[in-house]
Amino acid sequence: MYERIAVMLMKEFIQLKRDRWAKFRLVVPLLIQMLVFGYAATFTVHHVATTVLDLDRSQASRALISRFVASARFQVVDWARNQAQVTRDVNDGRAVIALVIHAGFAKDLEDGQQAPLQVIVDGTNSNTALIALSYISQIVGLFSQHTAPTLRRTAASAAAPAVRITLAPRPWFNDDLNERWFFIPGVIGTITLLQVVSLTAFAVVREREVGTLEQIMVSPIRPVEFILGKTVPFFLIGLGDVTLVSAFGILWFRVPFIGDPLVMLVGTMLFLLAAVSLGLLLSTFSRTQQQAFALNFFFVNPLFILSGFAFPIAAMPAWLQGVTVVNPLRYFLVVIRAVFLKGVGFAALWPDLGAMALLALVMLAASVLRFHKSLD
Amino acid sequence: MNSSTPAVVVDRLTKTFDDFTAVDGITLTIGQGEVVGFIGPNGAGKSTTLRMLCGLLTPTAGRATVAGYDVAREPEKVRQNIGYMSQKFSLYGDLTVRENLRFFAGIYRVRREDLASRMEFAIRMAGLEGREDVQVTTLAGGWKQRLALGCAILHRPPILFLDEPTSGVEPEARRRFWDLIHELAADGVTILVSTHYMDEAEYCNRIALINQGRLIALGTPRALKGSRLGGQLVEIACAPLGRALARISAAAGVLDAAIFGDRLHVVVSEGGLDLGGLRQILADGGIQVGEARAVSPSLEDVFVRIVARKPDVPGAAA
Repeated sequence: MYERIAVMLMKEFIQLKRDRWAKFRLVVPLLIQMLVFGYAATFTVHHVATTVLDLDRSQASRALISRFVASARFQVVDWARNQAQVTRDVNDGRAVIALVIHAGFAKDLEDGQQAPLQVIVDGTNSNTALIALSYISQIVGLFSQHTAPTLRRTAASAAAPAVRITLAPRPWFNDDLNERWFFIPGVIGTITLLQVVSLTAFAVVREREVGTLEQIMVSPIRPVEFILGKTVPFFLIGLGDVTLVSAFGILWFRVPFIGDPLVMLVGTMLFLLAAVSLGLLLSTFSRTQQQAFALNFFFVNPLFILSGFAFPIAAMPAWLQGVTVVNPLRYFLVVIRAVFLKGVGFAALWPDLGAMALLALVMLAASVLRFHKSLD
Repeated sequence: MNSSTPAVVVDRLTKTFDDFTAVDGITLTIGQGEVVGFIGPNGAGKSTTLRMLCGLLTPTAGRATVAGYDVAREPEKVRQNIGYMSQKFSLYGDLTVRENLRFFAGIYRVRREDLASRMEFAIRMAGLEGREDVQVTTLAGGWKQRLALGCAILHRPPILFLDEPTSGVEPEARRRFWDLIHELAADGVTILVSTHYMDEAEYCNRIALINQGRLIALGTPRALKGSRLGGQLVEIACAPLGRALARISAAAGVLDAAIFGDRLHVVVSEGGLDLGGLRQILADGGIQVGEARAVSPSLEDVFVRIVARKPDVPGAAA
């Protein structure tokens, strides 16, 4: 048994060594994706293009606007003269946000009345719009806190001061809610999965296409020997991948790694086992590389979307949450984020580790069963 | 497998794919040390039959034993005893000659103490001395085929299945390949080899003519040529050939006629037309007639004749 697996491994590594492209393929896309995700995957919004129409032209209105100007979140791109110009700015896409202060704003404030600020948002990108709106309400809130008490006093209001509740958020594990800290570990899991599943699936299908698989199938080799010989190399490559991109995330993007490397290793190995098993299973359903490509595309995208990488699983409809149960990436993301940022160990992570082990075993068993040594 | 059991027994072996019958009830027995050729056009069912004998395809009906083991029930036992060369070249092009041999030796678990001598033998047999460390993809077709044969015999199988081993190989290399086959046969290896080159059939001890999934004739090349035609073969040089063929085919006493190069091959029934009669028929049709003589048939004549006759074939399996 070891003799056969040994020659299979030897063959795979000689082929890899001879394939000049492989070295490029295995490393460069990983690093590029890491860079792209690291810099691009953020929900923070800066310099939102804003148009301002101030019809009040009072000290109060200018004070409010200056708060927007001073904030790096917004960039005033136009000082509109009338409502029509505001509409044009938003329609043309020059501005995402329009702030309109109607005449009488300062007077309403002085009278202690509701002083409306009209905000128009281009909602085509709902995500940016929501985030920008939350910044606006922060700015306006601060403004009214500052202004209101003095105004009240001048207005000699008799009303008793309202009870005030202040929310003081104190996020754990990621004090600044730095999104890169959240994304980088996720990226490590995601791109490793993409790489390992497709490498494994293609490696088997290529042998089928070239005809070498037929030559191997007429030998007395056992399916499990062939499968081990074909998956161990990609398992090892996957370990290298994870080490490489993790080091990159820690050293380049300064993501903290406060957990136990052993927990990380165990989690990674279980995850890679699931990934090579999935690749193998896909390969048993494909006769040609085109089919493998189509299948890979069909499976990997949902795996990515249903992993909790970007979209919270808790926000998905119940049936879709049920689907995520069979997604190994989902568990690995929990593990890798926990190890990087929280530093928790086996005691907290065993359900996720167990789930990956179970998925890997089921898929591996299925592919051994499906790998008949026959052509029909 | 003791010395008296046949190497291969095929009994009404059938394979259908959906509604297409690729192999249709083939029956034959191959003794140890025989070289048997499967001859027939592309798509006749030769590869499908060989693949069933290797346990790569499951028979739809009928059965076959190889080295005494049933191919459907004990494929792994069968695989211990066979070497196989598939139609498509299927070694690793990016590995060297030696690396390929080492790989297949490992897959077949050639014992460590035998490893060096077996690999040495395969390299020498394939004539690849001095090219051991060349990547296979750079080798010419003939070398590749011989290396593939070398890989298939590393574990010294008593039975070899070779599926069109010489297709796409230049004639000189084909000839050399057949020398190797005979050397192996001389050592007692049973060889079943398929080809669509009629001339190669002459190198076999026995040949099985296969057409449309059916075995249409089986016997030694000499016996097939002698008995299967059902008449006397006459070769006539004449022009124009097309008109001559039409005229002669319609003549009474002519069993079959076909164009062979710049001549007609005509099968006439025994005691029927003689050479003079044939010349007369053609001359009457305004056809120029050159040399005409009785010839001994080639296997190609036999094959064309048998296929044309259409099977009343149960006797073919005898």
